[in-house]
Amino acid sequence: MTTAETTHDHHDEGSYLTPKYGVMGTIWDWMTTVDHKKIGVMYLFAVLFMFFLGGVAALAVRLELLEPVRVAADGTITGQLFGPANPESIATGNNIFNRLFTLHGAIMVFMFIIPSVPAALGNFFLPLMLGAKDVAFPRLNLFSWYIYVVGSLFGVFSIILGGVDTGWTFYTPYSTTTDADHWRVLLMVLAAFVLGFSSILTGLNFIVTTHKLRAPGMGWFDMPLFIWAIYATSIIQVLATPVIGITLLLLIFERLFKVGIFDPALGGDPVLYQHFFWFYSHPVVYVMILPGMGIISEILSVHARKHIFGYRAIAFSSLGIAAVSFIVWGHHMFTAMGELASTIFSALTFLVAIPTAIKMFNWIATLYKGSIAINTPMLYALSFLFLFSIGGLTGLPLGALATDLHLHDSYFVVAHFHYTMMGGTVIAFLGGIHHWWPKMFGRMYNERAGMIGCVLVFIGFNLTFMTQFFLGTQGMPRRYASYIDEFQTLHVLSTYGSWILLAGFLVHLFNFIHSLVAGPKAPPNPWGGLTLEWETESPPIEHNFHHEVLVQHGPYDFDTVVPPHCDEREFPLPETPASH
Amino acid sequence: MATIDAPNPDIQATGAQTHPLYWKNRGFAHHFRNADEQFDACKLGMWLFLSTEILLFAGIFCAYAIFRMLYPEAWAAGSHHLDWRFGGLNTVILLLSSWTVASGVRAAQLGNNAALIRNLVITLICAGLFVFIKLYFEYIPKLSAGKAPGTFFSYPYAHDPHEPLWWSIYYIGTGIHALHVLIGAGLLIWVLVRAIRYEAYGPTEYTMVENSALYWHLVDLIWIFLFPLLYLIH
Ligand code: HEM
Ligand SMILES: [Cu+2]
Repeated sequence: MTTAETTHDHHDEGSYLTPKYGVMGTIWDWMTTVDHKKIGVMYLFAVLFMFFLGGVAALAVRLELLEPVRVAADGTITGQLFGPANPESIATGNNIFNRLFTLHGAIMVFMFIIPSVPAALGNFFLPLMLGAKDVAFPRLNLFSWYIYVVGSLFGVFSIILGGVDTGWTFYTPYSTTTDADHWRVLLMVLAAFVLGFSSILTGLNFIVTTHKLRAPGMGWFDMPLFIWAIYATSIIQVLATPVIGITLLLLIFERLFKVGIFDPALGGDPVLYQHFFWFYSHPVVYVMILPGMGIISEILSVHARKHIFGYRAIAFSSLGIAAVSFIVWGHHMFTAMGELASTIFSALTFLVAIPTAIKMFNWIATLYKGSIAINTPMLYALSFLFLFSIGGLTGLPLGALATDLHLHDSYFVVAHFHYTMMGGTVIAFLGGIHHWWPKMFGRMYNERAGMIGCVLVFIGFNLTFMTQFFLGTQGMPRRYASYIDEFQTLHVLSTYGSWILLAGFLVHLFNFIHSLVAGPKAPPNPWGGLTLEWETESPPIEHNFHHEVLVQHGPYDFDTVVPPHCDEREFPLPETPASH
Repeated sequence: MATIDAPNPDIQATGAQTHPLYWKNRGFAHHFRNADEQFDACKLGMWLFLSTEILLFAGIFCAYAIFRMLYPEAWAAGSHHLDWRFGGLNTVILLLSSWTVASGVRAAQLGNNAALIRNLVITLICAGLFVFIKLYFEYIPKLSAGKAPGTFFSYPYAHDPHEPLWWSIYYIGTGIHALHVLIGAGLLIWVLVRAIRYEAYGPTEYTMVENSALYWHLVDLIWIFLFPLLYLIH
């Protein structure tokens, strides 16, 4: 997108990363900043830290599952990782296991994946891609980061005090009656409640920003698809999160005052809790995936140098997904509903697959005859297409009544949601971090190391979770610390896979650190992108752009426009401009 | 940089009129192109926020509807304990206050600071009355008679075993609503103080008045639903 003038209002202005006031002053500057870029970076580090915590728990869970817990004839116990190995301590070991998977789930869902893409990359890039100087409400933005931190501290505190074993879903009546965990359950539920506010405020901020702060010349259909995705996400965040707010509040009242709404003894209904919970938590799975899908749209078209195929179809399918996501929650409770209701929910669930598939086909069509660059972001985008297809397609047997009866609460479900959440969102997030790394930090990362990391993650991921599909269909239930001997081979493979995953993440970590310390300086537009963030410096200056932005071409017009800061030798236009 | 309407040099600068919060001295944040854009953005933000509030209460209404369906006798018995006259009086009070707060916005738009202050004060008195009636004539007598939520319920003459559930819904619904009344009153007090001290609101600067008033209308609206559901239908 070309800028109209070359007058430089903010010519002498430094990068947003330039420290100005000494060490303490700089820390203070960051902690009180209202700059969306700094807040985005602060979110990035916060969510990555949470990812680390949740990841450690996941590795521990996998390690426990390396061997089933066996009691030999002479009373010796093998295969128990936690707690002393004597027959009385099996319950202790199981308790620790329950706490570990709960804290893994709660951290990953509420503290990592929900804020991951929107709050970190969205904060940084939404205003830049719109050509705005900031989000609509910068102070609210900082406030929501603090709410996030406070919420996460509640969660971490609950874990330090001993953790909870309710599962991330806090199902009643267990979550309202486990007396031993009283304060920790309250703390963890309160954490999720507080984090909801952060999510609402971020979503609200983004919706208003998208409506009001687009650069002159940018109509709704000139927006990059990442913005469409974030916009649809924000709508879900704003409309669904209050419902979990009241649900968790009721849960807290239930624990503290025994109000009875979810308590059968007082005439309440525990399944009502599940309905409330999933009315939020199903839409929220699209809060997780939609931003990831937005990233994929950007990466594929930039690194294949092709106009995105079916722009409007992708944009509208985001809104379509957001709309349908509100009416399918019942598929989590097929076993607790009447036949008619289950049938309706099943039919509606199949609807979700349609907009999802529309995106898939458009992405693949985008690649057709593109000049595909093989680099880390592209590898991640291709992995996404592969993994998320599996994740989405395995949702269908779960949405079908007959098959779900068998698969419900089995490892098949675990594998399904990991293929969507990790194979989808986390993979896209990693792709997005690589794609925008040069812009955010002004340094290039090592491409070869990045690709090695990506390949390791891809292999490790498939080994970890593909096996779980088979375990699930064979009857392995979720949330158990042990299993019958027949399952061991697949469990062992799955655990090995988790180690390869770890290796992949470590490669990325060292690559990022190396890049920050010694990476070559990044040019403003290393990939030849056409969206507005590539028009400013890397890293961007404090007020984002040197001059008022005026949008004169679409975000994906690779066949007619030489990208800013690039010349035609680097990124030649196609010889015969595609006719469409 | 920009001030929308620089102070008129002909007017003798009084104490208040040199203050940066005086409405004519207000600018707009640098990331907006002009003050109108900022106003629109703030208003859109407020409407979005109000939609989240409605969804929050939707959960309570939903629970109300489900248990009403399951235990109609308990609901009928429960609502007989509520005096429609107190509920009705509070409805009138809130409606009146919605009117005065709307007049306050109008006064701010016309630059009539005195009328703004007057209307805000009446609104706040209404808020106080509402909370007073709720506490003094409803919550306290009921709680001391044992008509309390959940397991705290100790009223000896209950007709239906599920009445405790009714009281849970009653206290949660009206309690969270009352909390919103207090938050709304807090916002209005803040507006009032700034109106008195700095003449902070006028024709080009009344975002805060408008948004607080919107919030207040929401509080009113929710009560309009709570009142018939809890007090009138049996
Ligand atoms: C094509 C789209 C999808 C369909 C048809 C679908 C369908 C389903 C169904 C029916 C279940 C319930 C299975 C059971 O408990 O028996 C389920 C569980 C789940 N899905 Fe999906 N899904 C889809 C996409 C996604 C996406 C995109 C995500 C997240 C990014 C996701 C995350 C989850 C999670 C977290 C659970 C399990 C939650 C739990 O019980 O702990 N799904 N899915
Ligand atoms: Cu779902």
